Amino acid sequence: MYTETQIVERPAVIDPFEGDGENLVINIGPQHPATHGVLHLVVTLNGETIKKVEPHLGYIHRSIEKMCESLSYRQFIYVTSRMDYLSAHINNHACAMTVEKGMQIEVPARAQYIRVIMDELTRIASHELWWGAMAMDLGAFTPFFYAFRERETINDIMEQTCGARLTMNYMVPGGVMADLHPTFQQKVKDFITLFKSNIDEYDELVTGNIIFQSRTKGVGYLSKEDAISYGCTGPVGRGSGVSCDIRKIYPYEVYNQVQFDEMLETGGDSFSRYQVRVKELRESIKIIEQLIDNVPAGDYLAKTKAVLKLPKGEFYTRVETARGELGVYIVSEGGTTPYRIKFRSPGFSNLSALDHMVRGSKIGDLMATMGTLDLVIPDIDR
Amino acid sequence: MMTNEEIKAFISGIQPSATYDETGEWLNIHVDASQWKSLANLLRNAPFNFDYLFSLTCIDWKTHMTMVYHLSSTLHRHTIVLKAKVDRADAQIESVSDIWKTAEFHEREVYDLFGVRFSNHPDMRRLILTDDFEGYPLRKDFDDPVNMIKL
Amino acid sequence: MKAPTPEGGIMEEMKERIIEYKISPFRGWRNWDMFSLKGITNWIQGWLSANFSSAWVLFFESVIVILLATTLFALLGLVLVWMERKVAAHMQIRLGPNRVGPMGIFQTSADTLKLILKEGLTPDGADKFLFNLAPFVVMIVAMLLLAPIAFAKGFQVWDLNIGVLYVSAVSSLSVIGILMAGWASNNKYSLLGAMRSGAQIVSYELSAGLSILTIVVLTGSLQIGDIISSQQNGWWLFKGHIPVIIAFVIFIIAATAETNRAPFDLAEAESELTAGFHTEYSGMKFALFFLAEYINIFIVCAIGATLFLGGWMPLHIGNWEGFNHIMDYIPSSIWFFAKTFFMIFLIMWFRWTFPRLRVDQLLNLEWKYLLPISLFNLLLVTVIAILGWHF
Repeated sequence: MYTETQIVERPAVIDPFEGDGENLVINIGPQHPATHGVLHLVVTLNGETIKKVEPHLGYIHRSIEKMCESLSYRQFIYVTSRMDYLSAHINNHACAMTVEKGMQIEVPARAQYIRVIMDELTRIASHELWWGAMAMDLGAFTPFFYAFRERETINDIMEQTCGARLTMNYMVPGGVMADLHPTFQQKVKDFITLFKSNIDEYDELVTGNIIFQSRTKGVGYLSKEDAISYGCTGPVGRGSGVSCDIRKIYPYEVYNQVQFDEMLETGGDSFSRYQVRVKELRESIKIIEQLIDNVPAGDYLAKTKAVLKLPKGEFYTRVETARGELGVYIVSEGGTTPYRIKFRSPGFSNLSALDHMVRGSKIGDLMATMGTLDLVIPDIDR
Repeated sequence: MMTNEEIKAFISGIQPSATYDETGEWLNIHVDASQWKSLANLLRNAPFNFDYLFSLTCIDWKTHMTMVYHLSSTLHRHTIVLKAKVDRADAQIESVSDIWKTAEFHEREVYDLFGVRFSNHPDMRRLILTDDFEGYPLRKDFDDPVNMIKL
Repeated sequence: MKAPTPEGGIMEEMKERIIEYKISPFRGWRNWDMFSLKGITNWIQGWLSANFSSAWVLFFESVIVILLATTLFALLGLVLVWMERKVAAHMQIRLGPNRVGPMGIFQTSADTLKLILKEGLTPDGADKFLFNLAPFVVMIVAMLLLAPIAFAKGFQVWDLNIGVLYVSAVSSLSVIGILMAGWASNNKYSLLGAMRSGAQIVSYELSAGLSILTIVVLTGSLQIGDIISSQQNGWWLFKGHIPVIIAFVIFIIAATAETNRAPFDLAEAESELTAGFHTEYSGMKFALFFLAEYINIFIVCAIGATLFLGGWMPLHIGNWEGFNHIMDYIPSSIWFFAKTFFMIFLIMWFRWTFPRLRVDQLLNLEWKYLLPISLFNLLLVTVIAILGWHF
């Protein structure tokens, strides 16, 4: 199966204008400060103008889908934390929901509330990191530290209840793994108070900045039709005016009991996508505020059999992660392990639109567009 | 919102050999691979407006393979699942990347991991693995004694 | 304005200047400031000319200047890097270096030691001669620019009569070093960075030059000494009405761009071109680029402080004799460094709060906005100077 890697002899002097003598081909990544991970883009330039962007994937592909085929229905959930590590809770949630759908397990109300609160906290943490990294892509370093100030608080809250800060593995089929920490509610409320006073700084520091606006407005334009056609979901789709929030369209858990708005922008450019995410921060706070005081008492975990066996059939679950629509598609043959599992990751579809969005613009625009696509590479290279 | 009956009636009109399965969450339609492209074109446009292909994947059943397309409409909010059987030895199906642009990447991924060739695809290369990689990892008979972890 | 001697070259001019120092160290200006270091320079000058012939005096003085300039270089590099890290840290709600020495002041020395010990790699296929030469070109340019800067009253290497012109001319040479580095590295990122840098420095040279010219128009002299003494009754920033304030703002923008600092750091935009023109440099060769960047910041800020804020001239207001006299008690070297470091702080402030511009926006800003504004502003200043409307 494996062939020896061949060492290709490279010419000593690189001809910068290889090919047709006019275009400059540069490799951005796999190690590059702006790709946030190991994305490899082969960019064809004419001067500073981008003629083509070709993503080369696979640098950290672990074939999670194949791996899951040999893991039981309890085990495979933990692997999915490593897909989109910034919304690990939501990935776990989607997998747990798929198994529950197949087993027809009723999740206790308390667990549903906890799950939604955790999901929204994860969303805030993810958007925080995106906000800092996005500003960094555009050359502003300071916002990164402001974003991490709040994100650390969320990680501390997670650590207290889930025992981990990033890959929490908290959602299990039937509910959540452990009950909330006694101080959880108080800490979340403290966080909300702190966050509400800090979030205005974000607008002052970045959103209102004239350089930031001129770097993002009209950059990386994606029309509504193209967004649908490319399967762009999450803030990327909503920035182009596509109503695609799974929490609204196909509500799961207790999302149909809370009041929140789907953030839609019609600009389709990087600034619209930016605004969608910043507004979503406030919406997530709104959801948490409605739930945090009303977590019902009771079990946090439904009674399930020791060995889970899904009936023969196909089960598909859609959830809204911080990056868009995550689909978990399990094909079961009735055994203890999935026969085939497919993760429809939001980043993969969003990345496919990158070439379309940046053709004809400058290298700086590529960074601004990539920043607002919010790519998490392990999510793309599953 | 279109009902499943309407969709079934429409598809049966075009492709009488199609079979239906309504046991799952959504309507499953098994279509003939050779006529899939023309059907896809009709489904994309009015009256059904299945403009959003949210999942494209393949399942290896050891005897044959099945292409699975999850289609949804952002207008009517209805969802169907289309399945097409492809041969395992000579896996081939028409590409739909000109109808749904997201299919371009997803089809490359399926080609890479399952070895299904999509005819008329603009850029049919491996997406994730290196060009000289042999075998298709997500097929059931793929075996890699070095790197695969078995539990 | 003093015309250069017709037959004498630059060396003649320099000799003449040094002799002039001996006779009248600061052309009759008040002579009491003991912190201005003028006493020391005069004493060295006197001692050397008493013991050696004039050629040897020139030689020894040059050696002293070289030693001083090199020391100043090293010191400024260390201090400015430390300052940048502290400023950045406090803007980013953290503490910055605080482990090596009190408040981390020896952190940069430790870093320098590390950089000296590191191997300076030369990439395969690079033009080795140009690749190794480039950091030195950039450094030499930065060193040359130290010559006309008046660090304190009577403490100036060379108060040549075309000082301002010299500064604009020499500072544009650094682009050669950057282009050299980018081309010789055999790396596409470097090449793109160097090309961006070339376009950027050449463009912003224009508005920097024009904003400097406004002060030349007001002063009527290109000589740094004359420009400083013309601000005896108030700095130009306050004396010259709004046009000079506009010129000052344009100067700061252009200076930030010329030193390749954020928000104009396109030449080394790390999220786009990893490190731009110095991607392939490592060890001490990289440190030379790094040092030259900070020295250039110091120099442009010193020039800005000299032209607009009076250099070493204390804060004087018209003929408020009492106030002016109190201000005179603060040594001139402190005035100079305070003003310069204030401007350096401004530039650091920009860097840590602004995002980066795009390359076409950068050139648009210069050619569509700054250049027309500075041309018009120069016209206004000329009218003001002719009509004598300034204070």
